[in-house]
Formats: sequence, structure tokens, C-alpha cells
Amino acid sequence: MTQLIRQGLNGSKPQQRMWRVHDMKDSYDVVIIGGGAHGLAAAYYLAKHHGITNVAVLEKRYIGHGGSGRNTTIIRSNYLTPEGVLFYDESVKLYQELSQDLNFNVMFSQRGHLTLAHTDSAVRTMRWRAEVNQLQGVDSRLVYPDELAKICPQLDLSDHPRYPIMGALFHPPGGIIRHDAVVWGYARGADERGVHIHQMTEVTGIDVQQGKVAGVQTDRGYIKTGVVLNATAGWCTLIADMAGVRLPITTHPLQACVSEPLKPFLDVVIVSGSLHVYVSQSDRGELVMGASVDPYQSYSMDSTLDFMEGLSGHVLELLPMLSKVKILRQWAGVCDMTPDYSPVMGLTPVEGFLVDVGWGTWGFKASPVSGKRMAEMIATNKTPDLIAPFRLSRFYEDALVGEKGAASVGH
Amino acid sequence: MILLTCPNCGARNVSEFRYGGETNKRPDVNTATPHDWAEYLYMRRNPNGMIREWWYHRAGCGSWFIAERHTKTHDIIATYLWSPEAAK
Repeated sequence: MTQLIRQGLNGSKPQQRMWRVHDMKDSYDVVIIGGGAHGLAAAYYLAKHHGITNVAVLEKRYIGHGGSGRNTTIIRSNYLTPEGVLFYDESVKLYQELSQDLNFNVMFSQRGHLTLAHTDSAVRTMRWRAEVNQLQGVDSRLVYPDELAKICPQLDLSDHPRYPIMGALFHPPGGIIRHDAVVWGYARGADERGVHIHQMTEVTGIDVQQGKVAGVQTDRGYIKTGVVLNATAGWCTLIADMAGVRLPITTHPLQACVSEPLKPFLDVVIVSGSLHVYVSQSDRGELVMGASVDPYQSYSMDSTLDFMEGLSGHVLELLPMLSKVKILRQWAGVCDMTPDYSPVMGLTPVEGFLVDVGWGTWGFKASPVSGKRMAEMIATNKTPDLIAPFRLSRFYEDALVGEKGAASVGH
Repeated sequence: MILLTCPNCGARNVSEFRYGGETNKRPDVNTATPHDWAEYLYMRRNPNGMIREWWYHRAGCGSWFIAERHTKTHDIIATYLWSPEAAK
């Protein structure tokens, strides 16, 4: 703050970049592929908690170009499985301290999160989720239209819509955040501690010898390393192919859009699983809206009219007063979807090749906890209990973690 | 992707169809191990390029068929009904 005032008064510009550009070294202790919130968080916690600073983060484009810059920034922990609730709750707690920790304002606004129920079965699922959440100590409860009218009077709670609102799961700690700030904050924190961030550096191959990682081939040269972390979300199977590792993942686009800026009128996050829509109002006044993933596998980040029509119809069911509001822009990101809507974290059959993937539509909210726990795993060579349920081998052990609290699941 | 050509009904809006995922060779029931079944059920190639995949024409003739499509450009090379020859 004092720096800002000083520079404002004397008209100078900040001299220091938030992260530096380095020459690539011949070898690193750890190479993290993917410069999004997950990869950078892992690098940050490796350096901060474990003193491992000889780390490179390789990013094909600029940092935060993938899912980290394309999500709808919703943070919550009101999931359905006990494994999921515990995991995402640690993430919410880390997000609460993140501005302090990084000395960078990530603008986390815990404004409350409503998951609407439009059918009897959805009300039942919400009650189930509320019970699981409360058992794990997460603030989450079922509310009915009378109370909902006080929490969010903007909603159309009448019986006019095709699917009238019958109740909602209310999760007060849920909220939104500035996603770019999270990426930049982690990048700055990692850079300060000696991590090398290499942007515009594409991995073209992974050198595996006798079942062990020996190095990484990039378009800027070969790097010798014993540990590679794949944190590339939608592109993760392409990287895993290079190491000869198969993943239970398909890539689907997820589209989102923002409206023109409006005066602040909506101070909760509204989600409807049945209508496949989520809406929140950003600090700029834009309504940030998203839906479920496109139904077919694709790496394309094109927007479709189909999505816009479907989403608009559903949003107007909930908030009919928006009928004259214009859409400002629309975009897509690619999501690495797993069969059970839970991530895939940890060891693979190739020694030294770790994954932090399968983040589908639920990845951004998990950035701090997955970074912290993957760093712990790399440093201690042991799988932390918190992420053990999400191991890759669960698919061979018939131990899936069916996470029906994920954003893309209807009830 | 906007249009998909059903082998029976011709070019239709893609919203008429349901996606069935990439084709996958079923293991031999007599020799398959649990590991083979897990691979068959869950593991996917997920290529950034050409893919052979199942589609179902739910708002039309109701048949399942195969499409060969590029997952980045959405160019569709061919669509055809399944047959023992096509499966090879």
C-alpha cells in the first residue's frame, strides 16, 4: 500500500516484475508440467514447506492460460462423499488464509453458496449432502423457500417456472475469488523462493528408462530430472501418453459467459444441478455464468450457440428480471473428466511420474490443497492420507469415489 | 460441431444425438483378467486428433452408429452403421 501511494505521488512505475525469466538449466530436482494454479501451487509449497527450490514449472503458453483462467471461480466444500468434503474443506481453509500467505490480494469473497433443488429427489440429495457436510464439520444445511426468500429474494420462488424451486443446500462459507490473482500470487511466491517458471515452453517427450523417469524433452532442450508432476488438466492424457501411462480420462469442453456489468444486486452464488447452471456476480458487476460440459469429447475451445440458448433459458427460469441483459463474452475451456467425478492424484506405474489430474469441472477450488499435498508427497515420498482415496489404482481395485456433488452432475 | 450425418436419416443437428464415447475393444470373456476389464471399462485413449466413436440418434431413427471425427477441428470423415467388418 505504501509503495502504491509513493509511486502514485512521484509518478514512477513498479520496477519489479512479479516473476522473472530464467535460462533453462540442464537439470532440475522436480519438473512440473502445467503452469496453472495447481502446478504453481505445488511449486510454491515445495519451496515454502519443504525447501525444495530446484524446481521448474513448464507452461506451453502463458501461466493461467488453461482452466485456471477459464473457470467461474466458485469455491466451496459441500460435496457428497466424506473423502471429497474433507479434501475440499482443507482447500477452503487454505483459500481463507491465502491473501495473507501470499501477501497478494486474491479477493476471496465468502458470500454464501446455494445449490437449488427442483425435484423431490434433488431435495433428498441435498439433505444427504447436508448431513455428510455437517458430520465433517462443514457449515451446510437444507433451506426451504420461506428461508430462501430471505437469503436470496432475487430468485423466482413462485410456481410459475417449469421446474419450481423446492429448496436449496445453503453453504455460507462458499464464495468466489479472483482466479488470475491466485495464479499470479502463487507464481510470485514460487519465483521469490527460487522456482524457475518457463512460459512458452512445450513438453514434447518424457524420457522413461527401465520404468523410471530420467528426463523431459521440451522444445527448448532436454532437462534431466527424476520427478515429473503432470498438472495439465484437459491435456493430461497427451502428457501421460509420453510416459506410457494410461488414464481414465476424457477431455470435454466446458463453456461459460459473462453478462454486461450491472450494479451489485446478487450477493450469493446460485447453482442449480437440475438446470445445469451456476450464476454469481463478480466485483466488476458482470454476471459470471456456466453450465455443464459439452456432451462429446473434444479439445476445441470454440463457443457454441447451442450452449448460449440453453444457458439463457435456464438462467431466466431462476432470475426472470435478466431478460433484457446482454451477454458480453463467451468462452470455453477443456476439462479432464473422470468416470467417478473425482480427481486422480499420486503415483503411476512409472516411477517418478506423478499425476495431479482428472480435475474436470471441480479443479480450481482445489488448487491450494492439491498443491500442498502433492508437494508433501514429492518431498516425503509418501501418499498423504487426504489424497489416498484419489489414487490412480482405485480403478483397478473397484474403489471409485463417486462424487455426485460435482458441478456437472444432475440430480 | 453443428451437423452430424446419421447413416439412416442424413445430416441433422447434433443436439438430436447422444454421445456414446470412443470405441473400445471388448476383452475375450474366457481369458480376460480383472485388470483387463478395468482397462476396458475406464481407461481411454482420449486423442487430440482422429477418433472412432459411438453416437445414438435419439431424436431420429434410434440407431447406434460409428463416426470418425477429429476432436480438435470437428471434421467428420465418415459415419456408418456397425458391422463385424467395420469393427475390425
